[in-house]
Amino acid sequence: MNRRDILLRAMALGVSTGLEGCNYDDPNHPDLADKFLHAMSSWNDRVQAALFSPHTLAPTFKASQITMPPRFNAFYDISQAPVVDQSSYRLALGGQITDKTPWSLSQLQALPQEGQITRLICVEGWRVIGQWAGVPLGQFLRRVGADTRCRYVSFQCADGYYSSIDMESALHPQTLLALQFLGQPLTPAFGAPVRLRIPTKLGFKNPKSLTQLAVTNVYPGGYWEDQGYNWFSGS
Amino acid sequence: MRDLKKHVIHPLILRITHWLNAAAIVMMIGSGWEIYNASPLFGFHFPRIITIGQWLGAAIAWHLAMMWLLVANGLVYVVWSVASGHWRKLLPPGPKTIWRDIRAALGFRLKHEKGVYNAVQKLLYTGVLLAGVVIVLSGLAIWKPVQLWPLCNLFGGYFAARYVHFFAMGAIALFLVIHVVLVAMVPKVLPPMVTGGKL
Repeated sequence: MNRRDILLRAMALGVSTGLEGCNYDDPNHPDLADKFLHAMSSWNDRVQAALFSPHTLAPTFKASQITMPPRFNAFYDISQAPVVDQSSYRLALGGQITDKTPWSLSQLQALPQEGQITRLICVEGWRVIGQWAGVPLGQFLRRVGADTRCRYVSFQCADGYYSSIDMESALHPQTLLALQFLGQPLTPAFGAPVRLRIPTKLGFKNPKSLTQLAVTNVYPGGYWEDQGYNWFSGS
Repeated sequence: MRDLKKHVIHPLILRITHWLNAAAIVMMIGSGWEIYNASPLFGFHFPRIITIGQWLGAAIAWHLAMMWLLVANGLVYVVWSVASGHWRKLLPPGPKTIWRDIRAALGFRLKHEKGVYNAVQKLLYTGVLLAGVVIVLSGLAIWKPVQLWPLCNLFGGYFAARYVHFFAMGAIALFLVIHVVLVAMVPKVLPPMVTGGKL
């Protein structure tokens, strides 16, 4: 076998391994390609954490640039968006937080609010500009005595969705527990009554209709993240 | 080593970076087409049979994994090319030579000299290297429009950067087609890219 044969065979092996593992479709039974992709995704998490600057703000836009009508997006149809009873709503707190008393909507509304007109970029490539307002997550975490030395903040949602973000991004000044969208209280389709709005990450890292927030050092994953989307997914 | 180098058409490092680059480019374009399909810029999709990664998550995972091979390998090539003086072979000749070589190539009369790039090759290789720089920079702009916002602005913002990235892909894909057709027309140039060949 000469060098050319060896090279061609190596290339053929590379191509076939690649195609075989191109699915990335069964996270519980990873093949060789899946393991490679997973390792590279972890490496990309670390690179993005290093690239992230707590002082770099996502660009803001003028009111005239807001995308109208707003675009609904979820892993289900708009008719299936969860309707949460606002009067009995409580945001549960878990993990490394001193005061885990659940928060009602009116209590959250009574906290200092901040607004932003920012761009939401979907992992699919499209982008929309919207206006959100709510409680800066960093201020909320400090108020409830969260251990901000922990690595993760995780979220559970009324529709079964879940996600998690790194603590540095959670403390970013533009990261909000949003209560309003386009100047009105959130509607079910856009995450009522409380959603995460984080313009330094892709759209799927902005979970809607939050039911629980927890601070932890145990990697919490996420609905899409566990299927193969990159976890950090910063912008 | 010095002596050996003088007698091969393609030095070992050029051959290695060439084939690693070929693998990276195929993986990047194939997975890029699947990513494009999730939110097409134009009124067409790429048939799934020719894309890499059978759903968006897998395509992005391949794209963001292979980008490191593409960039690291590209940097090795550039550093070697500058250090060894190889880049001088790519310097475009005068317009007269270019015109003569293009006419000869179109008439299938262009002579292929071992170890020397003709004007058509010089233009194609320089062009695809520039497209490579544009595709990497616009890709970084799309990947990190917030953290790398000055770079993103350089391309006219996130929305425009997606188009720049797409057309740079188009330029590289076009190069690939021409490159493979030219090799098929002059097949004797293929073995030296594997074995090194003899001058």
